[in-house]
Amino acid sequence: MTADESTFSSVGSEITVTRWASFKDQVGRSWYRFSRNPISLAGGSMVLLVIVLAILAPYVTPYPRHAGSFTDFLSAFQPPSQSHWFGTDEVGRDVFTRVIFGYRVSLMMAAVVLGISVPFGIFLGLVAGYFGGWIETIIMRVTDIFLALPPLVMALAICSAFTPTIEKAMLAVAAIWWTWHCRLINSITRSIKTEEFVQASQVIGSSHLRILFKDILPNCASAIMVKITLDAGFVILVGAGLSFLGLGVQPPKPGLGTMISYGSQHLPMKWWLTVFPSFAIFFLILGFNLLGDGLRDMLDVEAEGV
Amino acid sequence: MYSILVLVGLSVLIFIIARILPGDPARLALGPFASQEMVARLRHRMGMDQPLYLQYVAYVGGIFHGDLGLSFQTRRSVSLDIAHYLPATFELVLVAIIWVLIIGVPFGVLAGRYKDSWLDNISRVVAFVGVAVPPFVVGLIGQLIFSYGLGILPTTGRLSLLTPMPPARTGLLILDSLIAGNFSAFGDALSHILLPSLAIAMTGIGQITRLTRGSVSDVLGKDYIEAARAFGIPNRYVTFKYMLKPSFIPPLTILGLTFASELGNAFLVEQVFSWPGMAKYGIQAILRKDFNAVMGVILIIGLAFVAVNFIVDVLAGYVDPRIRIQEES
Repeated sequence: MTADESTFSSVGSEITVTRWASFKDQVGRSWYRFSRNPISLAGGSMVLLVIVLAILAPYVTPYPRHAGSFTDFLSAFQPPSQSHWFGTDEVGRDVFTRVIFGYRVSLMMAAVVLGISVPFGIFLGLVAGYFGGWIETIIMRVTDIFLALPPLVMALAICSAFTPTIEKAMLAVAAIWWTWHCRLINSITRSIKTEEFVQASQVIGSSHLRILFKDILPNCASAIMVKITLDAGFVILVGAGLSFLGLGVQPPKPGLGTMISYGSQHLPMKWWLTVFPSFAIFFLILGFNLLGDGLRDMLDVEAEGV
Repeated sequence: MYSILVLVGLSVLIFIIARILPGDPARLALGPFASQEMVARLRHRMGMDQPLYLQYVAYVGGIFHGDLGLSFQTRRSVSLDIAHYLPATFELVLVAIIWVLIIGVPFGVLAGRYKDSWLDNISRVVAFVGVAVPPFVVGLIGQLIFSYGLGILPTTGRLSLLTPMPPARTGLLILDSLIAGNFSAFGDALSHILLPSLAIAMTGIGQITRLTRGSVSDVLGKDYIEAARAFGIPNRYVTFKYMLKPSFIPPLTILGLTFASELGNAFLVEQVFSWPGMAKYGIQAILRKDFNAVMGVILIIGLAFVAVNFIVDVLAGYVDPRIRIQEES
């Protein structure tokens, strides 16, 4: 249905129809721009492939039992072959199977960390940018403290207080990650709040909450989307680092960083234990980065901090 | 002033993490077989039976005397330990920063100057790979190829076993061996630091290359460059006189962040190369819950970050007169 046809109905539905049409139009255009960019298309397919593999891990891997504390010492340290694409590890588990299950942990980590920290950071960023004054000063100075350390070091410091598990590692990373989103949203909000539509909303008496979430937040959406995509790769990188240092995924659970850490003890002879999990991490992070870069071009995000 | 605030906040934050979260340092230091009485005595000696804010005041008071408390792990003062391990990390990160500057910046300038050429495409690939590969993976693959495979670079450590340590002056082996005029030790130190420093620098090289490229291509689109060209000023002159200086400002301002991320990478890379530095010491402290050592290491890193940002601000003001004028008014 086009906008012309709907003029026969009431005024309200006319607006919804044109909105829907323009939304469809926008999505179509964005998709066109996205699909014309080979880089973002490649990144999107890489991420999609990993997600599908990770979800279907028990069905697509040749030896799903090898994801846990399975042992088969007779087939330990086998180099890559037809039956074990990525070889086997020190207790005879299939490395390919464990890499795919390791992807599950990595993706879960990204989802949990961003799921906790992004809404928190967005809310504080909106409040700080909109209200300004001492509220902004306090919130932004706190983020400065968190940003005075590299994320990995900060996460290490928080992890040090707990017994190391992957859940604690996720919480530790989430505890620092909100600061980046807070800064991003703060800078966008500061520039948007002086726009006329926000002032108009204030004049007709909208509540602060309504202005924050209905007027300002939608204008941050594309920046947030790009940031989340790029961050997913970065969180996975930090998580792999924590696991590599023994503070993330604990054996026998399969984590990519943990696998590399154990595999590196068997370099150079058992190279496959290190090389394949390394490549797996690289593949996933590269996918997220390419996708994020493509999204940035598609959505035309030029905000500071993305 | 402002950076002091950040440091104070950081110390409070770390103090809270170290003291409020579960795990009794005294119990951990003495082990599971120590009697309750012994633990209580140690707690008293460490001042841990006092209210938290008094503990904090005592801790901060100690910092000003260069006292960061005792390490349970090495049974030495944390400040001595850090003084012992810091130069190795400093040397590593310094060389990594030099890599970023001598690879990332010129590469970015060329990529921005010759946009969409093959050089630009290579820089794009380098940037994506640099950001997507974890530093410890760069280190391990580097070891696999250059140390185990080709056998041209050493695998671990700062010096070969047979090379005598040059007399310590700065703690930086590259400089010390040069001062001593010992060129075989210099070459040895250099070959040891090559892989780990590159592994640390990869992320920074990627970021700085892209940023420099973007800023060069921005500046090239400016009117004054167009005007200079229209006046018939030679291309070489336009590049070196008008284009370079303003294009260095954006990469310069994030150099502080690059430095911080390199310090973070050091925590991973020192582990791979058994580099006897502060980051490796910090990891040991974290795994053994040696809180005083953890706090000491983190404070030093925070301090380094604040100091580097200060230097970067000063440099930015020097390169860009607009920043200076803005600050003065």
